[in-house]
Amino acid sequence: MPTDLLYGAEVVLNGLMSGVLYALVALGFVLIYKASGIFNFAQGVMALFAALTLVGIMEGQVPFSHLINAAFGTDIHHFGWHVPAVAAILLTLVVMVGFAYLVQRFVFRHLVGQEPIILFMATIGLAYFLEGMGDLMWGSEIKTLAVGLPQGGSIWVEENTQWMGFGNEDFYGFFIDKLDMVATVIAAILVLALIAFSQYTKQGRAMRAVADDHQAALSVGVSLNFIWILVWSLAGFVALVAGIMWGAKSGVQFSLSLIALKALPVLMLGGFTSIPGAIVGGLIIGVGEKLFEFSFGPMLGGATENWFAYVLALIFLVFRPQGLFGEKIIERV
Amino acid sequence: MKMKLGTMAVAAVMAASPVMADLVFPSLSYRTGPYAAGGIPFADGYADYMNLLNARDGGIGGVMTNVLECETGYNTEKGVECYESTKGQGALVYQPLSTGITYQLIPKATADGIPIHSMGYGRTSAANGDVFSNVFNYPANYWNGASGAINYLMSQGDIAGKKIALVYHNSAYGKEPIRTLEELAEKHGFELTLLPVDHPGQEQKSQWLQIRREKPDNVIMYGWGVMNQVAVQEAANIRYPMEDFIGIWWSGSENDVLPAGEKADGYKALTFHGVGDDFPVFADIQKHVVDAGNAAGAGDQIGTVLYNRGLYAAMLAAEAAKTAQEIHGTADITPTMMRDGMEALVITEAKMAALGLPGFGPEFNVSCENHGGPGLVGMTQWDASAKTWSLINEFAPSDMDVIQPLIDEDSAAYAAENKIEGSCN
Repeated sequence: MPTDLLYGAEVVLNGLMSGVLYALVALGFVLIYKASGIFNFAQGVMALFAALTLVGIMEGQVPFSHLINAAFGTDIHHFGWHVPAVAAILLTLVVMVGFAYLVQRFVFRHLVGQEPIILFMATIGLAYFLEGMGDLMWGSEIKTLAVGLPQGGSIWVEENTQWMGFGNEDFYGFFIDKLDMVATVIAAILVLALIAFSQYTKQGRAMRAVADDHQAALSVGVSLNFIWILVWSLAGFVALVAGIMWGAKSGVQFSLSLIALKALPVLMLGGFTSIPGAIVGGLIIGVGEKLFEFSFGPMLGGATENWFAYVLALIFLVFRPQGLFGEKIIERV
Repeated sequence: MKMKLGTMAVAAVMAASPVMADLVFPSLSYRTGPYAAGGIPFADGYADYMNLLNARDGGIGGVMTNVLECETGYNTEKGVECYESTKGQGALVYQPLSTGITYQLIPKATADGIPIHSMGYGRTSAANGDVFSNVFNYPANYWNGASGAINYLMSQGDIAGKKIALVYHNSAYGKEPIRTLEELAEKHGFELTLLPVDHPGQEQKSQWLQIRREKPDNVIMYGWGVMNQVAVQEAANIRYPMEDFIGIWWSGSENDVLPAGEKADGYKALTFHGVGDDFPVFADIQKHVVDAGNAAGAGDQIGTVLYNRGLYAAMLAAEAAKTAQEIHGTADITPTMMRDGMEALVITEAKMAALGLPGFGPEFNVSCENHGGPGLVGMTQWDASAKTWSLINEFAPSDMDVIQPLIDEDSAAYAAENKIEGSCN
C-alpha cells in the first residue's frame, strides 16, 4: 500500500477520534436546545467549571480559599485529604445538579415566555458569572487532572499495523492516542444511555414531550421546572465528561471554556436538536478538517482546520439548512 | 471660618501630594481569562519587587513606588483602554505584556512621550532606538530567541542537512521568528518546516502527526497559553524526544510542562534571565513583602519562571528610574526623564549582586541606537521529578550578522511609513 494512502488512513482515524471529542461538547448544547430552545452559550464554561470542581474536590482544595485568606488573614488552602476519582466525580455531579437548580430557580424561571434572544443573552451572562465563580472558588492556576485515564500513543496499535507498510521503513504503524480511544468508548456509552433514558424512562419521555411542545406538556401535568432542571443537570454531566477528556490533554485551565468554539460547526452540521446528529456531525467535522489539512494544508500555509470546519458546515447548510438531523421547521402563514 | 476652610484646603492638598509624587509604574496585567495562569505570576513578581523597594529601601531615591494594576485579560482593546485610563496618573513606563497591545501602544505612547518596555516580546525591530525612540525591548527579543535556539543546536553538533520544524502560534507573535529562521536555514544549510497552530491551540493532532511522519531532528516552538501544554503532551504522545524540543521563553514555564507529568522530562526552553529561587532577593521578598502580608498574590508563585520574569522587569524599571534620577538630579522624575534613564541604563554583575540577583541576567548597556540590549540567550531544561528548571547553557550571543539587517530593514520601513527621522543624531 502506498505510504501516502496509509498516512491518509491514519489521518482519517485520528479525525474520527477528534470528532468524538468535538461531539462530546456539542451534546451538551443539543440537550438544552432540544428541551428548552435555549442556545446555551455557557456550555464551554460549564465544562471548565465542572473540571475545576472535580480537581478541587480530588485535591481537597478549600473553595474560595484566596478570598477567605484575604478577608480573615488566614493561610488555608487545602483540607489535607485526597478524594478518590470516582467519589470526586459523583460529588462533582451533585454540584452540577445544584448548579442546574440554581440556574433554573434564579435565571430561567424569571424569563419564561421571553424571546429566544433574551434567553441566549442570559446564558452569556451566565457564562461570565460561572467563569468568575470558578476563578474565585478554585483559583486560576493550571491544574493537573489525574483520574487515571491512559495517555500517549497505543504501542499495541502501532505494532499490529506496522505490517501494512510491507517493509516500508517510513511507515511505523498507525498512531492512535489511548485517551481518544477511551473518549470514543465513553461517548458511545453516553449516547446510548441518553437515548435509552429519553426512550424508556418516565422522565425521559416527559423531557421529549417538553421538547415537542411546552404548552401541551404542561397541560398533561409535566412539570416544566423539573424537566429544565433535569436537562441542565444532564448538560452539566455531559460538560463534566467533556471537561475531563479535554482537561486530561491540556490540564484544567480557563482555556477549556474555548472548546465551545469546536462545537459550533458540529451543531451547524448535525442539527441543534439531534443527539445522533451531534455525534455524526462531530465525526464529519473531525475527519473533514484533518483530511483537508493533510491534503491541502501544506499548499495553503497550514492551520486550515479552524476555518475549514466552518466552511464544511456551511456547505452542508446550503443543502440542509436544519442540519443533517435537525428538525425541519415549517411555518405556515 | 475662612481661616479654617483655608487650612482644610491646604491640608487636603498636602494629603494628596504624596500620592502625586509617587513613582507610578502601571502594570497591564491579566489575572482573568484563558491566559491568567501566565499573567498572574508575572504581575505578582512585578508588584512584589516594587513593594520590596518601598518596604526595604523606602522606594526609589526616597520616593515610594506605586504599581497601578489594570486588568487587560490579554485583550488588545482592553489593553489600550488601560493605557488611556492610566497614562494621566503619572505613568512612567508601560509593560504591555502582550505583543498585540504593544503594537497598538507604540504610536500612542510615542506621541504621549511615555516609554514602553516590551521585554522579550512586542515589535522586534523596536530594538532600533533611532526609529523607536520611546520603545525598549532589552535584553532580548524574538529574533535573538530564534538565533539562540539555532546557536545552541550548533553547539551540540553540525546542523547542516538536518530538519528543524517550527511549531508556532498562528498570530503576529508566532510568525515573528520565521524570517530569522529562514535566513539562518539558508546560512547554515538546515531544512525548515513551518507548522502553524490556530488560536487557542487545544487541537494540534494534525501538526504532531506531520512531525511523526517527517521526523524532524528538532522542534522549536513559539507558543503561548494552552497551546504550550497541548504541544508538550502531543510530543509526549508520539514519543518525540523531549531533549530535541525547544520552546521560546513564552513556552518555558512550569505551567507548560506540569500537565504532561514525567513525560515532559528533558524539555528545553530559551531564557534571558535566571531560573529558580536561589537568589538573596527572594529572602528579602519573603521577609519584607510576603511575611508582612503585602504580597500581590498568594505568595505561592515565588521563584517560578514567570514570577522571576515579572521581578526582572520590575528590577530593570527600578534601575532605569534610579538612572533617570541621577541624570536629572531629581527624585521626582517624569516619563521623559524615565525614557532618558532607560536609554542610559547600564546593568553590571556588581549591580545585580548588590540587588540580590547575582548572575540572574546578562550584563548590558542600552544606548540611543540600541534599545534591544545585547540579545544574549540562555537555555533551560525541565527536570520532571524535581519539578525544576535548570540553566544548562549560559547566556550566549545571538547571530547579529543575520538579525541586525532584519532589524534595520523592518525599522526603516516603519520609519518611512510614519515619516520618522532618526532621533539619535
